[in-house]
Amino acid sequence: MNRTVITVVGKDTVGIIAAVCTYLAENNVNILDINQSILQGFFTMMMIVDINNCNVPFSELRDGLTAVGESKGVEIKCQKEEIFNQMHRI
Amino acid sequence: MINVHEVLETNKMIDQEHLDVRTITMGISLLDCSTESVLQTCQNIYDKILRYASNLVRTGEAISREYGIPIVNKRISITPAAIVGASCCKTTHDFVKIAKTLDRAAHDVGVNFIGGYSATVQKGMTRADELLIRSIPEALKRTELVCSSVNVASTKTGINMDAVRLMGDVVKETAEATKESDSLGCAKLVVFCNAPDDNPFMAGAFHGVSEAEAIINVGVSGPGVVKFVLENLPEGTNFEVLCETIKKTAFKITRVGQLVAQEASRRLGVPFGIIDLSLAPTPAIGDSVADILQAIGLERTGAPGTTAALALLNDQVKKGGVMASSYVGGLSGAFIPVSEDQGMIDAVNAGALTIEKLEAMTCVCSVGLDMIAIPGDTPATTIAGIIADEAAIGMVNQKTTAVRVIPVIGKGVGEVVEFGGLLGYAPIMPVNKFACDVFVNRGGRIPAPIHSFKN
Repeated sequence: MNRTVITVVGKDTVGIIAAVCTYLAENNVNILDINQSILQGFFTMMMIVDINNCNVPFSELRDGLTAVGESKGVEIKCQKEEIFNQMHRI
Repeated sequence: MINVHEVLETNKMIDQEHLDVRTITMGISLLDCSTESVLQTCQNIYDKILRYASNLVRTGEAISREYGIPIVNKRISITPAAIVGASCCKTTHDFVKIAKTLDRAAHDVGVNFIGGYSATVQKGMTRADELLIRSIPEALKRTELVCSSVNVASTKTGINMDAVRLMGDVVKETAEATKESDSLGCAKLVVFCNAPDDNPFMAGAFHGVSEAEAIINVGVSGPGVVKFVLENLPEGTNFEVLCETIKKTAFKITRVGQLVAQEASRRLGVPFGIIDLSLAPTPAIGDSVADILQAIGLERTGAPGTTAALALLNDQVKKGGVMASSYVGGLSGAFIPVSEDQGMIDAVNAGALTIEKLEAMTCVCSVGLDMIAIPGDTPATTIAGIIADEAAIGMVNQKTTAVRVIPVIGKGVGEVVEFGGLLGYAPIMPVNKFACDVFVNRGGRIPAPIHSFKN
């Protein structure tokens, strides 16, 4: 498994989750976990996905998600999970 | 499983609090490049650097993209050039050819700096050491990315005062040689006591002779992150909580460095050396060690209490960072450069911070008098005196100390000098006007200190 964390932060609008999930499905990325809430007035979503069978290289996936974010007016980050595990788990 | 708050905390550190990995530095041994011909030695050096480091920048950028963490600099450190060039360089001009080769190799692999145009002369100078040292002004004038360092003292050997005196002249000559660019050459020249062999930070990085063929060292940073958590503590928080908070934050910052170091090492096929746990400020607002000291409770850096606050900070950073990494080395602590830290610049401008107070701070910080602009007419002997003072602090206290002062030719106290980029800008600080010529001109060595009867 090749776990990656996708975070989406920004102003809430219709169809953010749909847009992200559609893009991921098109690229054969499997979603393992979704957590969505409104934090301090901002739409905040975190997804953990498996990119093992992803159709495109990591950098292309990341750039694609950035473009989806721009079209929806939100900021999307795509980072390998290890950075968070390293920082927050002993 | 990781939760959303942890993810957002990490990303906030990166986006708003300037968390970054300051440098991935590849150390490369050039011992096997020595020949009796300058031309052949230069060719060997160029070939070896390209063989090892041609993927360094690309790899650093890929890691940065995948984990979403900025990696600001990619650098190379090499075996002290005085050793590599010892058998072929008969003149200072020959050493300058090596410097130019290093510069060309650094440009071609795309790194920000290459360090190791260095000599270690804490006990005595070989002929080659002296030639290299005398070639430094010309070498730094003719190159862009080459950094130079000279180790003039150590706890085990004492202070080589001949080298200290010579470095007073060399700093001054370097300032003259690069006066068109506000004596920028001096920003790439550092004089050490107890220089570490595995330091990834410039200008003092070199690949010591006890190191392996090639090695990856990583310098982490993040003063902005420490400042932010301290500012969010409730007012009047006691030292126990304060220290715990710094320690935990240092742990988190260092873990990122450890991850990047392991990844870089794996992808480049070069062993992981050390993590340097330094809090290295940048001119960006908020990314400042001085601001941390203010968050600890000082009106301005330089106020009474500054040395104690810095000692506390330095120690907690080490305590947190040591557990976060499998190997810690380099300088590891808080840097206190003036020109690279907006809080320090403000403190100087407000009249709170003087060179004398900075000298006291160097007893407890990770390096020494760093990036301090002084008047261009400061005599070489006075600069040698400043170097001797710092070397004495390092020698007696068994720590690394350094001097990187910039006598800005044509400018005086109160004027401002602009270095640009990460090097920042600095107000020119006054230097004590009384002479030390007789002292520094005596020649010889100051013996190593005794390490019993400590008090």
